[in-house]
Amino acid sequence: MTAFLGPEEWQAVLLSLKVAAWATVASLPFGILAAHALARWSFPGKTLLNMAVHLPLVLPPVVTGYLLLLAFGRQGWLGGALAEIGVVFAFHWTGAALAAAIMAFPLMVRAIRLSIEAVDPKLEEAAATLGAPRPWIFLTVTLPLILPGVIAGAILAFAKAIGEFGATITFVSNIPGETRTLPSAVYAFLQAPSGEDAAVRLVLVAIAIAMAALLLSEWVAQRVARRVGS
Amino acid sequence: MTLSIALTHAFGAFTLDATFQAPPGITVLFGRSGSGKTTIVNAVAGLLTPDRGRIAFGERVLLDTDTGIALPPHRRALGVIFQEGRLFPHLSVKANLLYGRRFARGRAPSVHLDHVIEMLGIGPLLARRPGRLSGGEKQRVAIGRALLADPDLILADEPLAALDQSRKDEILPYFERLRDETPVPVLYVSHSEQEVARLATWVVALNQGRISAQGSATEILGDPMVTPAGARAAGALIEAEVAAHHDDGLTELAAGPARLLVPRVAQAPGAALRVRIAAQDVILARERPQGLSALNVLAGQVAALRPGEGPGTIVSVTTLAGTVLARITGRSAAALELAPGVACHVIIKTLSIAPGDVGRINRT
Repeated sequence: MTAFLGPEEWQAVLLSLKVAAWATVASLPFGILAAHALARWSFPGKTLLNMAVHLPLVLPPVVTGYLLLLAFGRQGWLGGALAEIGVVFAFHWTGAALAAAIMAFPLMVRAIRLSIEAVDPKLEEAAATLGAPRPWIFLTVTLPLILPGVIAGAILAFAKAIGEFGATITFVSNIPGETRTLPSAVYAFLQAPSGEDAAVRLVLVAIAIAMAALLLSEWVAQRVARRVGS
Repeated sequence: MTLSIALTHAFGAFTLDATFQAPPGITVLFGRSGSGKTTIVNAVAGLLTPDRGRIAFGERVLLDTDTGIALPPHRRALGVIFQEGRLFPHLSVKANLLYGRRFARGRAPSVHLDHVIEMLGIGPLLARRPGRLSGGEKQRVAIGRALLADPDLILADEPLAALDQSRKDEILPYFERLRDETPVPVLYVSHSEQEVARLATWVVALNQGRISAQGSATEILGDPMVTPAGARAAGALIEAEVAAHHDDGLTELAAGPARLLVPRVAQAPGAALRVRIAAQDVILARERPQGLSALNVLAGQVAALRPGEGPGTIVSVTTLAGTVLARITGRSAAALELAPGVACHVIIKTLSIAPGDVGRINRT
């Protein structure tokens, strides 16, 4: 692979994998929580939460990136406070992960929410009558039953995070080795007069990663479905 | 300990207004669908909050809308057996059985896993998942799961309604064992006369959200004025002892001084039984009939008649074996000039008594 890809290209691929992995893992608990809230809870502001979750899906990515810059930039209203406790997003790979996570969030929540809605609430009621408090019911009944949906949502989010471009480049720019992910690298190579070969190689890698993710999700979902059995 | 229930709840045009007590043993809430049975069970389980009401088990108040007490379901110390089983599909039978175990309040458990497994005959199923169980097996596991949560009270919401007759016959003995071998009281919802006949220690009959009668199973099923499941399903209960098994496949029962022949039962001579005589299968005669194939002819006196809405009339007859209900046409009742106090004979075909009609007696 290192022979096939130049060091700069290889760096972009590794960075993309790191960014997407962090984006997926760090947003997963929030994704499950939001999906559960949307599927099962009733509370004032539920419509608002639903809109907020889905907004990145319909907003132009550049707008999302700009809003992130306003909020988490060095002078942003959150970025300044976070910088004081050592958390920096602006022009940093963590910012690319944040942008990717936010852009992938609606896809993740949708997949998990569908699987939660497919769980019969009567099973959760049955668990309650056996003495189980709600958090325990979630961990021992709901979560195992929605596992295939959670995995599907995570893999979908990972694939989306790998490909995220617009919000990322707006928010954290295109700094080699720091924020130049695979799509940003393809873009950069295509801008250079002699970069087309490198761009094609990266495109092939992107296709390979996407297909591997799909195959993996299929395989895992089948295994889990067999284990959860019905 | 006794469960005391007082509830009023309205939804739409329907209002439920019921106050009753459930003594130890199996109390059957008996009525047609839509009579409010499931509403009561859901209110006791904490799955529904009634408009007004108070539910207490002994001294422990589960719900009191006047003082604002409403324990959440998981703090009510109940075991619920649902119609559809509701086993956890991702857990093995054993894990299902033990699910409520960790929440059984600190005290030493009064029921043991091994005893429950033996009682319900589910030893060979422990490693399986619910998806691979038959309907009857699922309900047996559901009984065990409720029991092992070490509940103060078990609620059973039409646990047999989704099963066919042979599966029902398979499960009924396990409920009899639950009643006779464990101290846990059971509130059992049913619209089946047969289940009342087999299981009930106490019957609360519900009709359109109101309690129409309550009493022992023998009293309620023998009362022609109370037929909550409809006249077609009416049938009185006779208490009897096994007198002898005959070689031709029949069992002779002693019901007081009277003798009854029924198809062979499993119980040994001396065992106490109760037998449901379906009113539909009973023939009445003014004279003692001769040259008749039916083996059981009991002399008695008409106690009451209740004309139905259709052509049928239910007649209760007091015999030496107990009260028997007969469902005959109004035309026959008139032709025989039946009226309270008139002497007549009750004719019961031996083979009209199915195995499911014969149950153990609940000795308390």
